[in-house]
Amino acid sequence: MLSIKNLHASVEGNEILKGINLEIKAGEVHAIMGPNGSGKSTLAQVLAGNEAFEVTAGEVTLNGDNLMEKATEDRAREGVFLAFQYPVEIPGVSNLQFMRTAVNAMRHHRGEPEMNAAEFMKLAREVSKQVDLDPAFLKRGVNEGFSGGEKKRNEIMQALLLQPKLAILDETDSGLDIDALKVVADGVNALRSEDRAILMVTHYQRLLDHIVPDHVHVLADGKIVKSGGRELALELEERGYAWLGIREDDVAASSAN
Amino acid sequence: MATTDQEVNELIKREYEHGFVTEIEADTFEPGLNEDVIARLSAIKKEPEFMLEWRLKAYRRWLEMKEPDWAHVGYPKIDYNAISYYSAPKRPEDMPQSLDEVDPELLRTYEKLGIPLHEREKLAGVAVDAVFDSVSVATTFKEPLAKAGVIFCSISEAVRDYPELVQKYLGTVVPHTDNYFAGLNSAVFSDGTFVYVPKGVRCPMELSTYFRINAANTGQFERTLIIADEGSYVSYLEGCTAPMRDENQLHAAVVELVALDDAQIKYSTVQNWYPGDENGKGGIYNFVTKRGACIGKNSKISWTQVETGSAITWKYPSCILRGENSVGEFYSVALTHNYQQADTGTKMIHLGKNTSSTIISKGISAGRSSNAYRGLVKFGPRAEGARNFTQCDSLLIGDQCGAHTFPYIESLNKSAIVEHEATTSKVSDEQMFLCRQRGIDPEQAVSMIVNGFCKEVFKELPMEFAVEAGKLLEVSLEGSVG
Ligand SMILES: Nc1ncnc2c1ncn2[C@@H]1O[C@H](COP(=O)(O)OP(=O)(O)OP(=O)(O)O)[C@@H](O)[C@H]1O
Ligand SMILES: [Mg+2]
Repeated sequence: MLSIKNLHASVEGNEILKGINLEIKAGEVHAIMGPNGSGKSTLAQVLAGNEAFEVTAGEVTLNGDNLMEKATEDRAREGVFLAFQYPVEIPGVSNLQFMRTAVNAMRHHRGEPEMNAAEFMKLAREVSKQVDLDPAFLKRGVNEGFSGGEKKRNEIMQALLLQPKLAILDETDSGLDIDALKVVADGVNALRSEDRAILMVTHYQRLLDHIVPDHVHVLADGKIVKSGGRELALELEERGYAWLGIREDDVAASSAN
Repeated sequence: MATTDQEVNELIKREYEHGFVTEIEADTFEPGLNEDVIARLSAIKKEPEFMLEWRLKAYRRWLEMKEPDWAHVGYPKIDYNAISYYSAPKRPEDMPQSLDEVDPELLRTYEKLGIPLHEREKLAGVAVDAVFDSVSVATTFKEPLAKAGVIFCSISEAVRDYPELVQKYLGTVVPHTDNYFAGLNSAVFSDGTFVYVPKGVRCPMELSTYFRINAANTGQFERTLIIADEGSYVSYLEGCTAPMRDENQLHAAVVELVALDDAQIKYSTVQNWYPGDENGKGGIYNFVTKRGACIGKNSKISWTQVETGSAITWKYPSCILRGENSVGEFYSVALTHNYQQADTGTKMIHLGKNTSSTIISKGISAGRSSNAYRGLVKFGPRAEGARNFTQCDSLLIGDQCGAHTFPYIESLNKSAIVEHEATTSKVSDEQMFLCRQRGIDPEQAVSMIVNGFCKEVFKELPMEFAVEAGKLLEVSLEGSVG
């Protein structure tokens, strides 16, 4: 489904991604781990089309289509979803209106009729329960004054509403209490399906207890330095990153997180 | 002395009445401004004598006034003798006969704003069937208003039919000496709206210029007077969201509101004058004086405005809070784009005890525009326990536009309390990326973010107006991204 070949990307002249290669098949869940600053979020943002990053080399295709040529919104409409590590606030725009606009943009793209406010309200209420967010959050401004954990659940809620083909989750497990972690994990598991690929960035193996990945990759200094199965996460948990020959300062930064 | 003055005026008037016979056939006065022109104007409108005197007095004073020179607004010098001060309503044969003859660009905008078909004709100045136009509209509002005793008519009619009310209140809130443009307006005002709500009456419907017959073509010097008698309530809507084009570049209106004891006036404006093309050519200069006087105790005046139009807007809806416990409110959204300049704000003049005021101003700048907020909050010596809350937010779209805020506070009373908050933000790249990542079109994203920014003001607008205002912002912001 997703194929990344030799992807290089930089920001303000600094190269961050230094040749990423990754294949994700439909139905698979891949986890990306790695020290702080290694480029995990950059990879996620580049895939989603954030123009702050410049792609300097490489190729990315989604179901055979060249993804890098497309505008952010077109990628989204074709099924790329990014749950942000730091969801931004949009004051005054209600969460409900924002989500309905998004859902209708996708429906429009697929040639389906728009959902009216009442229909959408009903759907949104159901999904908000699924992520254990009080429906009152629908009326609040997008992420406005949400706690860290509420923002993350709100991201998962959007993934559930938009039903993407490729869901990229950037540290959706960070800052969650134990119950919330379970809720988010259940949400992600609900997303899991034959025709969907999931790419999860995480620092914690505990998430992987709930969402069992098919593959685990370690990203360090802009490259995937090791790939393995679920057991790689366990090994990282025990041994840290140093045994992989990752620079000392990276490791220090990582454990400080 | 008084007699002499009156005699002189009588004489002047008679002289002009003479000339007036031949002139009345003319549709339009030739350009130029002098006492003769004013007298002809007054005669054509069949005004009582006091009105002519009033106009002439204003004119004479205006001649001595100096045109203001605003630091943050630039416009070419206006030649007041190149303006024609009276033009009769257009005859149907001079108007476009159908929408096919109307500028397609204008029609496209109507469509986007969701304006119903039959209204598009009216707005575009198409010669609509006069029967349809007057009968249907008239019956829907005339009856309930008459029943309630509310007077709602053109100011010209009011001058003739309710001279006592007009004479008692006209110019009491905005005297002709107030400023250059108010002076000019007082001398030459063409038409406008008059509203009187009797004691204890809650006006049974929202009043709107839009529904007033002959409201179109009131011209460049509009005059509005609204009086809410004791314990009454009225909500008035001015303008509409449809883009208004006009050959007249200068517009200098005056709006006066008077609220007596326990009365409440809510005045909402959506203004969308032609702002000029993307190079700033051909837009309207909108220099308007709007002021409300809360003369009664516990009275309240609220101004809500959404400004997206005009090349230059200079406008300060203000409140004079004279009555004890009276309340003034100002909610404003001003959007500027391309080369537009807006210099708006408000003045809250606290004179009475325990008066309070709230100012919420939202300025949005895009393109190369400049948007200035200027606010004056003044507390007189007797404004014991008065308070004001001001919140002034600016939103920038792109990096070639500017926003300026100038809050002035003058207090002659130590017990007065002022709170002021101001923010400047940008439509951030992160917000745009989030929206686009969710499949939302960039232009739609900007308009959604801007609408969110304006929410506090929009919620003060009557429901349908709020929806229209939202759409209006969307259309006005077109081309602001990319
Ligand atoms: N806009 C930017 N300007 C400058 N440097 C940037 C920018 N965005 C990212 N970087 C740098 O790129 C590097 C990779 O950042 P990235 O956010 O991808 O790391 P990460 O692996 O997600 O880290 P973490 O685990 O802390 O989330 C960092 O050194 C970061 O400072
Ligand atoms: Mg990160």
